[in-house]
Amino acid sequence: MSLAAAIRDRDPAALPSRRDEVWRWTDLRGLIREVPPPSARMDPRDLGPGVFDHLATSSYVVANGLEPVRIEISAGERTIVALRFVSRGQGAHAALAEIRLGEGARLRLLETYEGEGAYLADASLSITLSPGAVVERIVLADDDPEAVSVSHANVKLAAGSEFGQIVLTSGARRQRIETRVVHPDGGAKLRLDGVYLLEGKRHADLTTVVEHQGLDGVTMQMTKGVVRDQARGVFQGRIVVAEGADRTDARMEHHALIVGDRGEVDAKPELEIYADDVACSHGNTIGALDQEALFYARQRGIPEPEARALLTEAFIGEVVDRVWLEGAREIVRRWAAQRLRGA
Amino acid sequence: MLTVSNLHAAVDGKEILKGLTLEVPAGEVHALMGPNGAGKSTLSYVLTGRDGYEVTAGSATLEGEDLLALSPDERAARGVFLSFQYPLEIPGVPALTFIRTALNAQRRARGEAEISAPEFLKLARRTAQSLKIDFEMLKRPLNVGFSGGEKKRMEILQMAMLSPRFLILDETDSGLDIDALKIVAEGVNALRAPDRAMLIITHYQRLLDYIRPHRVHVLSAGRIVASGGPELALELEREGYDKYARAA
Repeated sequence: MSLAAAIRDRDPAALPSRRDEVWRWTDLRGLIREVPPPSARMDPRDLGPGVFDHLATSSYVVANGLEPVRIEISAGERTIVALRFVSRGQGAHAALAEIRLGEGARLRLLETYEGEGAYLADASLSITLSPGAVVERIVLADDDPEAVSVSHANVKLAAGSEFGQIVLTSGARRQRIETRVVHPDGGAKLRLDGVYLLEGKRHADLTTVVEHQGLDGVTMQMTKGVVRDQARGVFQGRIVVAEGADRTDARMEHHALIVGDRGEVDAKPELEIYADDVACSHGNTIGALDQEALFYARQRGIPEPEARALLTEAFIGEVVDRVWLEGAREIVRRWAAQRLRGA
Repeated sequence: MLTVSNLHAAVDGKEILKGLTLEVPAGEVHALMGPNGAGKSTLSYVLTGRDGYEVTAGSATLEGEDLLALSPDERAARGVFLSFQYPLEIPGVPALTFIRTALNAQRRARGEAEISAPEFLKLARRTAQSLKIDFEMLKRPLNVGFSGGEKKRMEILQMAMLSPRFLILDETDSGLDIDALKIVAEGVNALRAPDRAMLIITHYQRLLDYIRPHRVHVLSAGRIVASGGPELALELEREGYDKYARAA
């Protein structure tokens, strides 16, 4: 069952449904009666520049799913790549991108999802690292509120490699951003961070699956969400430590704020540990803004809407401030502030 | 300056303040003492407009303006400042950002221009120095990981920078060692001014050795049951609150 197969065959029965445990909070089968016809072809040259283009050495566009993108970063090369998945219209499409890094290569990947319309989109990305390679991936997802969008990245680490990721999303009618990472040889460092800021009836699902198969792997994970109106946030984090993957250090945290009384957050942190000598932990909180802190700020003269915005921005600031590329950090901060203060 | 008249207030439907009347004139420092549960903190929250504190009768005015009709931030902009017994930790917001946001919000509410960044930093440096606060601490998230004494000093620093007209200090001495207490008291005394008034809420007389009040009031079971000069605080220290508990 996959969205890509359902789009290819125009077969709604192939859509992931709530019967699949890992899709139970992001049911597509129940939502989509009929898979729309393929999206119209688009000329990427008709698009304006992307938000990150000015920061990048090179820029790639996947428009309505056409033309798979293959990016090779040779050994020792350092580069910044902007990768845009653009969707327009009411059709269905699947996109494909593949990135390979040579030994010691360093990639800063600035990835965006940009959409207009009630499209059905699938994006599949594979990233393979050689020993000592470093990837820093920022994903800024701005899908249409009427769209259904799924992105899944498969990341394969190597000994001594590092992979850091920050996903920021405002959701869609139904949206899932999934990241699967394998530590095959151990000794790699992984950071998976995320922020979801949802309003209206938007839905965002941040799902991660991390497998530690070797010694001395590190996984650090921090996801924060703010949900208002009737929006729904989903966090599924799974870390598997295989037998023999000793001295794994894995920490997962997810914290969400629900503003108002109609929002919903579903969280499922899972640690599956088959090794003996590991340090693993997870923390998960879902709640409202601290009323005492809110009163404290108001007592100092800060009006309620501003106090709420200040405290909420501070809440997600812990993750947003981790965006390593300065220019990108400013873009992301503005994006978050607009979503938090605009409502 | 502050006039509280026959104030009744309830929390969760339970009446805590039962006809409290109090007048603090400009230029004066008054102490409010009383046993636990007398309603001392409730008064501070009612005067600052905290949710959940319901005024059922009476009035509270600041220079003739009805405080109870205003939101907490409007009261702050009019010059009401509460130094919290337990100052809140605000993760992710550097102290400087928090104070500048508050100061500018108050200025906007009063129709004044915002403070410029260099002017603000100068004010912050000067105030921190006078309270023996390391300026670097102001770059850290407000109160996060600060000791009890540091938090209280941060309250006084905010008070000095926001320059309020009516100051309420709720159990400011709790959790302070004697050196910290002296620094805090000096900071408070430096704010004494003819156009400013203070209400010092305290359980113990100790703080009043360092911040000398003009008047002392005893609060028991939601009402002021005795008022007098500073000697009243010494009497309470010797004899306790028992006789006032009966009087109430």
